[in-house]
Amino acid sequence: MTVSTLKIARRRAANVVFSVFCWLVTGVALIALCAILWSLLSQGVAGINLDVFTLSTPAPGSRGGLANAITGSIMMCALAMALATAVGVLAGTWLAEYAGDSPYGAAVRFINDVLLSAPSILVGLFVYTIVVAPMKGFSGLAGVLALALLAAPVITRTTEDVLTLQANTLREAGVALGAPTSLVIREILWKAARSGILTGALLAFARISGETAPLLFTALNNQFFSLDLTQPTANLPVVIYNFALSAYDDWRSLAWAGALLIAATVLAVTVAARAITKEPRR
Amino acid sequence: MTEAAILEGPPARRASPRGSAVAKIFEAVCFAAATALLSALAGLLVSLFIGGWPAFGHFGLGFLTSSEWNPVTSVYGAAGPIVGTLITAAVALAIALPVAAGVAFFLVEMCPTPLRRPIATAVELLAGIPSIVYGMWGLFVFAPLFGRFVQTPLMMAAKPGSLLEKLTAGVPNGTGVLSASIILALMILPFMASTLRELLLTVPAGVRESAYGLGATTMEVVTSVTLPYVRAGAVGAVMLGLGRALGETMAVTFIIGNAHGFPASVFDSGSTIASTIANEFTEATDPMHMSALLALGLILFVITFTVLALARLMLRKQAGRL
Repeated sequence: MTVSTLKIARRRAANVVFSVFCWLVTGVALIALCAILWSLLSQGVAGINLDVFTLSTPAPGSRGGLANAITGSIMMCALAMALATAVGVLAGTWLAEYAGDSPYGAAVRFINDVLLSAPSILVGLFVYTIVVAPMKGFSGLAGVLALALLAAPVITRTTEDVLTLQANTLREAGVALGAPTSLVIREILWKAARSGILTGALLAFARISGETAPLLFTALNNQFFSLDLTQPTANLPVVIYNFALSAYDDWRSLAWAGALLIAATVLAVTVAARAITKEPRR
Repeated sequence: MTEAAILEGPPARRASPRGSAVAKIFEAVCFAAATALLSALAGLLVSLFIGGWPAFGHFGLGFLTSSEWNPVTSVYGAAGPIVGTLITAAVALAIALPVAAGVAFFLVEMCPTPLRRPIATAVELLAGIPSIVYGMWGLFVFAPLFGRFVQTPLMMAAKPGSLLEKLTAGVPNGTGVLSASIILALMILPFMASTLRELLLTVPAGVRESAYGLGATTMEVVTSVTLPYVRAGAVGAVMLGLGRALGETMAVTFIIGNAHGFPASVFDSGSTIASTIANEFTEATDPMHMSALLALGLILFVITFTVLALARLMLRKQAGRL
């Protein structure tokens, strides 16, 4: 009797310790993460004004903003997303519809998973050796390629996943009407999986918009406003990196403003992606 | 006629459907896209190998074992960054794993219902914050506080000649190997917590409820029922977190101090492979310097590839057993 009471008491005590631990670490984690958001918000808002959007990156001590970096980032991300979406959707379609259980399909799937979590700095090194070194110059296009290489695996993976989820009756219905497989895929499956593919693309965009490491050796940076992607191109992440590590207060303030802009973009895109997934099915 | 022959029917004579040529082209294009991904990874590997070969050839095995990294005398040994990478990632995982598990258990089993969704959403959103933000926060907010309230008191408290003194030697400016590990841990925490939570939610309600029905405490339900149920996926999630920590550049570069060689204490400056590449690559004019950095990249690739491949292997093993 006493033995079993003791045992129960011990189990209860262990449970209390466990629960307290869980409450505690959740509290600590949330406080730490809120602290990060708070500094980002307070420092970033302090640095944001109209100049940030209208002027190019300044010399230390003079008036300036991030206009060249914002434009460069938008151009590079947009081009990279166009490239990555084309490759990613097609590759994902091949994996879901044509690859089946073939060894080559399994290999591509595995390689895609590796690319998905490969360190982004290695992608930067790769693009440097195949584009920047032979062309003897950093360029925005090299940055586009590096970003596309990071975004494509995400899109491939989501496309494959959502296409695999589509009911086989959809495919059979299309084929029974006499449509070739390609027509079934383009007109039926892609339309049915549209919201899933869009979510994947948004998540990929969220991933690349804050990537710094691969741009350090590809797009580099540019002090001036430029729309020419064959030249080194200013972009927010690298400007933030350079300015944050500088000794000038006005540069640091601009770095915080840029970080806030990127984080806000990423959050907005992630929220949009979630809203699309949550949309009730017709 | 045998049954098989009936099923096969007459030999196909009908005209191929309209657009079947397009179908072939479409399949070929899809195949090409898949192959492009494959060749991207192959190209990555080959380019790092070719680029890093001069360094490997010149320094031989010493490249991996020596910790002397000196661009001036053109002597490169990668042991410092390699050890730095492994230590920071391991410490980050050791910090983040219990916390992430605690957060996931809390959200699934203990959290008051109205708070459940907001906290879970917040954690998920935080997983998407770019790592450069974590790096900046680490340098400007965390490091001064850490130096003042943790490093300095610990150094004051250490008796001369004690183990603690050795462990805490360094400049108390808040940067260093331990700070970098803590920032890394913070960065992988939301990702691991939200993945673990999603996994735990896949446990059928009946399984959990029957465990509670048998009189199990919350802790017993978690440790002997739900966690074993998702074991396979949990290992995968942890491995992915480790992979991120190993290859992370920005969160580390800001705060690790960027000194080559082995860190002498937990507060000493160090470097990781990624931070070394990020710091020196654009300034590497000497071909041997550049080759050494590419060789570092190859080593990082091999390390992360091993972790990822192991994760997949373990997942397959676990899936076979279930």
